Amino acid sequence: MNKEYEVIIIGGGPAGLSAGLYTSRARLNSLLVERGMVGGQIVNAERVDNYPGFPEGISGFELGQLMHQQATKYGLKTIIAEATGIELRDEQKVVKTDEGNFTAKAVIIASGSERRKLGIPGEEKFMGKGVSYCATCDAAFFREVPVAVVGGGDAAITEALHLVKFASKVTVIHRRDQLRASRILQEKAFSEPKVQFLWNTIVDEIEGEDLVKRIKLREVKTGEKSALEVAGIFISIGLKPNTDYLKGILPLDPVGHIITNDKMETGIPGIFAAGDIRHDSARQAITAAGDGATATIYAEKFLS
Amino acid sequence: MNRPLAVGDSNFDEIVLQSKTPVLVDFWALWCRPCLVIAPILDELAEEYSGRVTIVRVDVDQNPKSAARYSIMAIPTLLIFKNGKPITNVVGAKRKQDLKKILDAALD
Repeated sequence: MNKEYEVIIIGGGPAGLSAGLYTSRARLNSLLVERGMVGGQIVNAERVDNYPGFPEGISGFELGQLMHQQATKYGLKTIIAEATGIELRDEQKVVKTDEGNFTAKAVIIASGSERRKLGIPGEEKFMGKGVSYCATCDAAFFREVPVAVVGGGDAAITEALHLVKFASKVTVIHRRDQLRASRILQEKAFSEPKVQFLWNTIVDEIEGEDLVKRIKLREVKTGEKSALEVAGIFISIGLKPNTDYLKGILPLDPVGHIITNDKMETGIPGIFAAGDIRHDSARQAITAAGDGATATIYAEKFLS
Repeated sequence: MNRPLAVGDSNFDEIVLQSKTPVLVDFWALWCRPCLVIAPILDELAEEYSGRVTIVRVDVDQNPKSAARYSIMAIPTLLIFKNGKPITNVVGAKRKQDLKKILDAALD
């Protein structure tokens, strides 16, 4: 495989794929480095209704595939590999990956974010044995049993509303006293008799033998401890930017997002960032795609 | 082409448990996006490991008994069977190179 490119794009979600479409159409020799599956976080969305051009909605999986197909048609190359760092060598940027090193004059970082974990005892051990991060994948294994959802955002409430079709009872556990989710989702959740809420509560531990049996809870204000019998716990507590491999290379905000200007330029000339990974991103597929296009237009200017 | 075989509750014992070669079982369903993502990877692995590993698919919607028997509560789950016993359990979508490492380890 060729090791030298004009542009390397890290991450194959909407930001990286639209960057790839624009670089390929600009006839820049470009490589997309994707660690898992093209499409990024959006592949988990059962239906996307807010990406213009699809009035009937489209599955996130299909949207990702179509974006990749379109960029590939114009010559974008893709490698499945995980970026582990970027090294600056004169004018060149060396993108290090677990499948070898690749160099380019310009790099667009669009490696997005991944699901945040609770980091509590039992979470790793019971993964796939009652701990889940994908209600659309796993809800059907929890027929007529009680489950918990941890989180209070759009994703958590969407998961809870999907789970009521299967579970006997869905307890939403949220560390604050109100939801962050949009009004329309809140209204649906509050009027759903199977959904109950535990406010100001966090999960300390997940217990069981072979499978999850109960979770240990703590009220954050009073410190009062309790336990809840559940067969499943669905964790939906937001996203964490994938920038661990960039620490010490680029300026990051305290959460780990990349700081850019409105040309998607980072602190280093020739390195751009696009999508969820940016400090002030709106974290939507459509804004990510816009970022990718903007980054490419300024990357092209940088190269010429 | 050596494609993964669809296995169900009725022939699971015969094809998986009584197999002389190791068997990788992919528990999946149509409504699971990550399952669709790894499907083409398993197609390729079935070809590359032809004769050494048998790769089969179990649709958990159609075959609830097989899924319940191995306490499948998340999909995709991949189980590798050797001499009728599950020896490796992989939950969630993985990259091709990672699955190859897991398969190679199981073949040792």
